[in-house]
Amino acid sequence: MVPAELKYTKEHEWVKLEGNKATVGITDFAQDALGDITFIKLPNLGDSITQFQEVGCLESIKSVSNIYSPLSGKVSDINKTLESAPEKINKSAYSEGWIYKLQDIKQAEFDKLLSSKEYEEFLKTLG
Amino acid sequence: MDYISNTIDDQKEMLKVINIKDIKELFSCIPKELKPKSFNIPEGKSEFEVRKYLYELSGKNSTHLISFLGGGFYDHYIPVAVDAITGRSEFYTSYTPYQPEASQGVLRSIFEYQSAVCRLTEMDVSNSSLYDGGTALYEAAMMSTRITGRKKIIVDEGVNPIYRKMLRTYTSNLSLELVEIPALDGVVDRKKILSEINDSVSAVVLQNPNFFGGIDDYTDIFEQVHKFKGIGILSFYPLSLGILKTPGEMGADIAVAEGQSLGIPLSFGGPYLGVIATKLKYVREMPGRIVGSTVDNKGRRGYVLTLQTREQHIRRERATSNICSNETLCAIRALVYCTLIGKEGIKEAANLCLAKSEYTKNRLMQIKNLKIKFSTPTFNEFVIELPKDAADLISTLIEKGFAAGFPLGRYYKGMEKCLLVALTEKRTKEEIGCFAEALEASI
Repeated sequence: MVPAELKYTKEHEWVKLEGNKATVGITDFAQDALGDITFIKLPNLGDSITQFQEVGCLESIKSVSNIYSPLSGKVSDINKTLESAPEKINKSAYSEGWIYKLQDIKQAEFDKLLSSKEYEEFLKTLG
Repeated sequence: MDYISNTIDDQKEMLKVINIKDIKELFSCIPKELKPKSFNIPEGKSEFEVRKYLYELSGKNSTHLISFLGGGFYDHYIPVAVDAITGRSEFYTSYTPYQPEASQGVLRSIFEYQSAVCRLTEMDVSNSSLYDGGTALYEAAMMSTRITGRKKIIVDEGVNPIYRKMLRTYTSNLSLELVEIPALDGVVDRKKILSEINDSVSAVVLQNPNFFGGIDDYTDIFEQVHKFKGIGILSFYPLSLGILKTPGEMGADIAVAEGQSLGIPLSFGGPYLGVIATKLKYVREMPGRIVGSTVDNKGRRGYVLTLQTREQHIRRERATSNICSNETLCAIRALVYCTLIGKEGIKEAANLCLAKSEYTKNRLMQIKNLKIKFSTPTFNEFVIELPKDAADLISTLIEKGFAAGFPLGRYYKGMEKCLLVALTEKRTKEEIGCFAEALEASI
């Protein structure tokens, strides 16, 4: 279940490009591995981020994982509803469970991210 | 655990099993130069001899002194029932709940302690306790840096100098900027502190009553801190909250305290109790363990160690603190104390402290060459200025049976003649009279 129109990272984030805005979330594989997500620390609106920088974290019942940004850019939107309903990430990792949006992104960075096929191949290596 | 004796025969048998001749062979891998030449410990003593030795040693302590000593630790009365209840083996010998769900009794008592702290401070959440007031203050400062992502911490000079020293020591290798604002006539330099607050400030740390005993209302300062999205930290005196404005009412984000005034004896430096409470929105940045109340799959009430993901065993170097232990027995003492004397009792004890302190102030003001240093209102502790060195005076008064107070010259330059005098509900009119006379005769 890896949507073909998205790009991916090896840290299991997905990116959707709309104009020069990118929406970021974590993949279905990642939410499944984490288990029930109980809390999310979102990035701050307006933060300037460089690629692969840590921007927040996700807590499940027994673990904490960092969220890394797949791209450089400026945080233009955050999914506030996750603060009270982080389980949306479990239920709908690729739509309602989106985490934040970036503007002023760099196309070159985006192009270098994994395609859905490459990400699927990568998942296979994880056994 | 059973008592297991270790006789020469036992040792021989054990050595035989592992096939070596001498116990020293077990340590042969330690280089010779690293081995101690001797352990410098005396031969074994009988129980009788040990008791006698320790009894003599304890006799060197001046426990008979009538205490006017404060500075963070006070000679409050502790109802005998506190000892009786916390001395029960269920509390006294219990260890940390490693299998929390199997330790419902301990968890419940900790939960009740947390609830008592929240009611006392009017804050949302408390943890299960920390080591002492100083570590609690340090943890609060670190919490603020995690919340704000900023590195500058403003500390009022009226905050206990021991806590400030701990804060400096703990953070000396971190890239934090500590800014101390000198006090002005025994109170916070409001103008200066308000002007220092800007959007680079992580937290402002204040204390009430401050180290000079002065009481204040810091609502305005915390409002200013909040304008710049910083954190307000208040170090408070638990028993004083019976009559003073609480950290919650003042708008503090994190409230910390030394919990000794709540039923914990003065034991020559500890163990004491670090109290920390905060607003619900900051609970994930709070250090230490937190006990929560929940229901099991049959709907029955149960207690759990909650929000574990903040802690070391899950978060490693990103944990909220390197303290993963607490002071449960002291916390339970505080809980039992609060429960026994109740809301009205805490008010009454606090009022007694205040009244006796005011009485003593008036009495001491009659002494020639002695003056009350600051005109600020105080709770149960105030500064007197003597015509001579306060540290010298203390030695004289110890001989007369009084622990006269805390000499401020130890921590505040230029205040060598100043003595911090504390009163508790335990001091009688007669004791205060004798103290005043002894003081008068010594200056």
